[in-house]
Amino acid sequence: MPDNQSHILDQNAGFGETEPPIKVAARDVCVAYDGKQALNHVSIDIPDRSVTAFIGPSGCGKSTFLRCLNRMNDTIEGARVTGSLKIDGAEVNDKSIDPVVLRASVGMVFQKPNPFPKSIYDNVAYGPRIHGLALSRNDLDGIVESSLKKAGLWEEVADRLNDPGTSLSGGQQQRLVIARAIAINPEVILMDEPCSALDPIATAKIEELIDELRENYCIIIVTHSMQQAARVSQRTAFFHMGTLVEFGRTEDIFTNPRDPRTQDYITGRFG
Amino acid sequence: MALSKTAHIVTAYGEELDQLADELARMGGMVETQLETALAAIVRRDASLVAGVREREKQVNAMQDDVEKRVLRLFALRQPLATDLRMTISALKIASDLERVGDLAKNIAYRAEDLAEYAPLSLLDQVERLGAIVVKQLHEVLDALSSADVEPAIRVWRTDDEVDERYNALVRQMLMSMTEDPGQVEPGVHILFVAKNLERIGDHATNVAEAVHFMVTAGPLEADDAKS
Repeated sequence: MPDNQSHILDQNAGFGETEPPIKVAARDVCVAYDGKQALNHVSIDIPDRSVTAFIGPSGCGKSTFLRCLNRMNDTIEGARVTGSLKIDGAEVNDKSIDPVVLRASVGMVFQKPNPFPKSIYDNVAYGPRIHGLALSRNDLDGIVESSLKKAGLWEEVADRLNDPGTSLSGGQQQRLVIARAIAINPEVILMDEPCSALDPIATAKIEELIDELRENYCIIIVTHSMQQAARVSQRTAFFHMGTLVEFGRTEDIFTNPRDPRTQDYITGRFG
Repeated sequence: MALSKTAHIVTAYGEELDQLADELARMGGMVETQLETALAAIVRRDASLVAGVREREKQVNAMQDDVEKRVLRLFALRQPLATDLRMTISALKIASDLERVGDLAKNIAYRAEDLAEYAPLSLLDQVERLGAIVVKQLHEVLDALSSADVEPAIRVWRTDDEVDERYNALVRQMLMSMTEDPGQVEPGVHILFVAKNLERIGDHATNVAEAVHFMVTAGPLEADDAKS
């Protein structure tokens, strides 16, 4: 059923001309693990400088699709990805693309904060160092400071940059991980349930941060919290059993979903 | 008010929405009876019916409070979305309109007490006809609500012009009648108030029609919809 899975900007999703340009364009993306189909013919246009939420029940394919965007499926044996997936017009799965370089421009934040067992400073400095982004210690200091500021963490850690990253609270660790991702100038930031291990205050701080970051980045967030998707995103995509069922403005998805499957899922009904 | 064929996974949530719909339906039924009784009091010149209308008005007010509490609770505890969100917010609007209808029906009933003191008026039959249209409007829009069907809602919406025209014609004739016979002025003023209250009830019925349309379709009831 490729037709009803096509959610191309300006055609089906009802976005206007003032929308930001398309950052991620997927066409007929399919993923199978050991021959078992996990994602079926997903076509979607995700705009830049905005937040797109992926929602859907466990096993619906939303995280699988997220992992296509930075080729994390490459690391899974038996995974097979087909179709076209372009970021800024460049084919992600092209053989000429180095996954390491790709992952520098497509940062990822996971469910559980995963700071390196290093100092706060070194957590943020790690990426710029290995990618050669800083010419001097001063440069590196500047990158660390600006990244921590962008992640809304600077004021809380400025006087203890040498403390271990793991000494921070869960919410601070998650913001540290976001600072680490920002430090290497990504184009796209993927977030896979970034707040599910956090309390409401830490969650609110991350959501506030997401709202600030969307001015400069294309952010894609997978969340099981309908309210979070509604709060942070401008567009929402609903996945179900490996297909992209519906994609549209978040406001429309949560007030008037078109597909009964979306309706049943977001209202908490048996589908 | 079934907008979805499937049941909620959390049974208690589904029950709370059902109870809200039931309370709104009871409120609608109560208001309908109020209006019919108030009109009967006017047409039959039977002031003994007034007390019942007044008593029901208190119950209707209590029901509106109940609907508001239920809606507040649903928003606070369940955060309804999609059809549930539209149904919940529409319930709040509809309860407010129904409460106003109850209030206006009470005002109509009060005029029956005053009119009972005068000889029968020739224009009373026109009030009766206007009343019958408004009663039908209210009945149809409550049907639309309970069946979550936009067709009767659109019909009610269309009828509003007819109500306005009949009301305006009645006012013109009453003014002429009052000019010709000063003895008609006092009862005529009561009749004019009754007619005005009926016309206002018609407006509230169209408001309910718009709320039902939004609840079912998520869109406004535009003039184009109503004419098509």
